[in-house]
Amino acid sequence: MQPESNLASRRLAIALGLLLAIALVVPLLGQPYYTRLVARMAIFGIAALSLDLLVGYAGLVSFGHAAFFGIGVYCAGLLPMLGVQQVWVIVPVAMLVAGLYGALSGLISLRASGLYFIFITLAFAEIVFYIAQGLRMLGGDDGFRLPAPTLLPGGASLANPVVLAYTMLGALVLAVWFARRLSESHFGQVVVAARDNETRLRAMGLSAYPYRLVLYTIASALCALAGVGFANLVEYASPASMSWIVSGEFLFMVILGSAATIIGPVLGAVVFVGLEQILSALTEHWLFWLGIILVLRVLLLRQGLYGLLTGRGQR
Amino acid sequence: MSSSCKPDGAEADQMRLECEAPLLEVRGLVKRFGALVVTDQVSLSVRPGELHALIGPNGAGKSCLIGQISGELRPDEGEVHFRGQRVDDLAVPERARRGLARAYQVPRLFGSLTPAANAAVAEISRVRSGFRFWRRAATDPALAAAARIALDRVGLGRALAPDPADTGAVRPASLLAHGDKRLLELAMGFASDPALLLLDEPLAGLGPADSAAMVALLRSLKGRYGILLVEHDVEAVFALADRISVLVGGRVIASGPAAQIRTDPRVRAAYLGESE
Repeated sequence: MQPESNLASRRLAIALGLLLAIALVVPLLGQPYYTRLVARMAIFGIAALSLDLLVGYAGLVSFGHAAFFGIGVYCAGLLPMLGVQQVWVIVPVAMLVAGLYGALSGLISLRASGLYFIFITLAFAEIVFYIAQGLRMLGGDDGFRLPAPTLLPGGASLANPVVLAYTMLGALVLAVWFARRLSESHFGQVVVAARDNETRLRAMGLSAYPYRLVLYTIASALCALAGVGFANLVEYASPASMSWIVSGEFLFMVILGSAATIIGPVLGAVVFVGLEQILSALTEHWLFWLGIILVLRVLLLRQGLYGLLTGRGQR
Repeated sequence: MSSSCKPDGAEADQMRLECEAPLLEVRGLVKRFGALVVTDQVSLSVRPGELHALIGPNGAGKSCLIGQISGELRPDEGEVHFRGQRVDDLAVPERARRGLARAYQVPRLFGSLTPAANAAVAEISRVRSGFRFWRRAATDPALAAAARIALDRVGLGRALAPDPADTGAVRPASLLAHGDKRLLELAMGFASDPALLLLDEPLAGLGPADSAAMVALLRSLKGRYGILLVEHDVEAVFALADRISVLVGGRVIASGPAAQIRTDPRVRAAYLGESE
């Protein structure tokens, strides 16, 4: 978190502008596969940056973040059964439910720290996972097909890959802006201070707990937004979307990109999704190569993909 | 249980007396770790504006005593009164909000933040603006002004300003020199505008120049704040302290003005190393 020099931030701005331009052009090419890939990257970008608020800024390594992703997926799948398809109902409901679960589980998990925090967040995610798995009328372990897609105001359907890609790109840009703004606020400074030295913060009269709880709630709600997008992308809702493996993938993206940068984890998500597509086409042992890449990142890049772009990356 | 030494219904009197009454009063404090008694019936007080020094050999229980006053350790017996109110059931942040600040033996800073941002967090804490989600901390003029005052107070203001010749980068606190870390630690203690500051060995690990600067700084702050100073540097303590208490084996064996402590035979025997 060193302050960036002008040159580095200009390099970063150019690189991000280019990436965004590519992402905006691809859906126009009329290739559904690549359009859906862009949507997928944007969706996981939102999920990864929401986790970065916890891992990077608050130093809270959550291993249960997929629960909130899954809550978003299930909300997007369940509400159409009640005849609700409007995005302005589904997204707020999904974020509210995820935020509530985040607040309630955070009340308990944030009492712990370090390894215990990791395990308690995992446990809370597993609770949601097994509840979803136990819902027989919703297909249990198999999940269920989305009865109807989410609709934008005006009637455009997120089942259309082009609409989905642009919607999620817009959501991603908003989420990046929101998260950066939040991290730079008075609130964000207290959260970072609590990560750096909680003892000092307490000696100055602030208890870290309420600040962490609010942040945890915000991060949970934000991840549900990504979940709604994901349900529309795969047109399916299943417990797999909230398994601990997905939580691990989110962490992978954050670390790959560099924590506490917001942009870094978004790049991590883009590269992760891209590698997943390329490597899984080449070999069935693609997870092995993904693992190698993570090891190389930790060994070689001080600030992950983010550092590569700002030019301060090499160890 | 009575929360004050004064009778109820005499609040007006108490307000008038507040200036003369001790800021901090510790009564019969006892702390045991198993069979080991680290604090043994300790009573002491700090008056407003007074610098009360606590000296004693290694392992005398000085840091433990400070910890019980700040709230990090819970005493087994005894009471801690601050500004006329009993505080020994309060957690650290609550005591801090009442004006009881602490500087640590090992500087505890927000390592990834610049010195100014460190001081800004202290100001956020003081004015309770931690739940402002939208106002940028880095460009908030009120925070910047408060941070400047806090850094200037310890002489760090100019030294840590961004160098215009550089790219505008300011080093994070974790990269400061040790002496500057100590000064920043002190600045953070005073930034909340406390009534009493608990200072745990502010001179530890400082070279002669930094040490002299710190003594001068403490002298300039004396009188404005009540200070309870734990320090090994006996020269500095005798130069600064209004009152000195000597802690040996968890007990206060002597307490009084510097001149009296200097000549106290028990102190000389136990601590000043007459025969060592």
